[in-house]
Amino acid sequence: MALGFYLIVIVIIPLGLGPNLNLLARIAPGILWVGLLLAALLSAGRIFESDYEDGTLDVIATGPLPLPVVAGAKCLAHWVATGIPLVLLAPVLGLLLNLPLSAFPSLALAMLAGTPAVSFIAGIGASLTLGLRRSGLLLALLVVPLYVPILIFGVSSVTPYVSGPNSLWQPLLILCALSLASIVLAPFAAAAALRNALR
Amino acid sequence: MSPPFTISFEARDIACERGGRTLFEGLNFVLEPGGALLVSGPNGTGKTSLLRQIAGFLPLASGRFSAAGAEAATPIAELCHYVGHLNAAKTAMSVRENLAFWADFLEGGDLDGALDAFGLAPLADISAGLLSAGQKRKLALSRLFAAPRPIWLLDEPSVSLDAASVKRLDAAIRGHLKQGGIAIVSTHVPLKTKFAQELALGREHAA
Repeated sequence: MALGFYLIVIVIIPLGLGPNLNLLARIAPGILWVGLLLAALLSAGRIFESDYEDGTLDVIATGPLPLPVVAGAKCLAHWVATGIPLVLLAPVLGLLLNLPLSAFPSLALAMLAGTPAVSFIAGIGASLTLGLRRSGLLLALLVVPLYVPILIFGVSSVTPYVSGPNSLWQPLLILCALSLASIVLAPFAAAAALRNALR
Repeated sequence: MSPPFTISFEARDIACERGGRTLFEGLNFVLEPGGALLVSGPNGTGKTSLLRQIAGFLPLASGRFSAAGAEAATPIAELCHYVGHLNAAKTAMSVRENLAFWADFLEGGDLDGALDAFGLAPLADISAGLLSAGQKRKLALSRLFAAPRPIWLLDEPSVSLDAASVKRLDAAIRGHLKQGGIAIVSTHVPLKTKFAQELALGREHAA
């Protein structure tokens, strides 16, 4: 579903902007990243929701695995099931936006480095909004501001190939740092929020 | 067969507060191995809250729980099976897959015994989404047998069960107590199990 949403968003943007190929190439990295973040958010609410609704979370909480490990595994599953497919789809959609071929490797690398942070930060938002009705909008409000660094460095690691010389590695390394930090920290934050949701 | 349990469980001066309202306070009870406690009382007096406190989901407003015995070093939540209003059944998986997951996750293993316990063996390969409400409940109760744990916390376990299944549940609880297990049950339906103690919540006003 996230893939379909990503496809639709990327397809309608050139329709809205008109057939200016230079303009499209220039804004393609930003659009690809924004579309990816929104598509990932779409399924983020489900990370813990079904377990919360059917009581599985209760049983998991009495299990021998520490809750942060469970939360981390759930976020990892979201990355594998949503993050990786979106990363694989992004270059195909890049063709629709006239993204230069030389930018494709750095786009794929940057997205691969940045999407773990997307999933793990989404996990914090998903656990905080458990049990609320219409939690999707609140989830987006909570999580999108945290995505700003990922977006900035994600786009700037692709733009040198579009608009001029710049170092690819610096933004890429920062993306890796963001992902590693969120992989370490987000499970604890999510587990604390899950404990609160169990009350 | 797992070795008999040797856990005794003590609750001292337990109080529960929900939404700024004190549901109960000053609860004390001690359960020796093989002891059973029936939690009774009208709706909204804190039966579920007490069970969720023991399972570690709800914070205690005061007091503490303690366990003594061979496995006393384990956190109390990990000694407990909690079967509440929700069945924790994944509708996309078959009955066997559901139980296998719990046997694995809760570090048990007797999958066939668990399937037999409430007669779910003929339904083992059916998707849990197709089960009736009573069958789903039996699936949740079968979890008790998927991994041996000394303390059973059963919240209205007989809801939507037929008469024969209630008998099985009764027998299951008695078997558990015979092995030295502890059962803390909240129910409105009379069970044949001899409960050593009864805790009546919400009677302060009446008394």
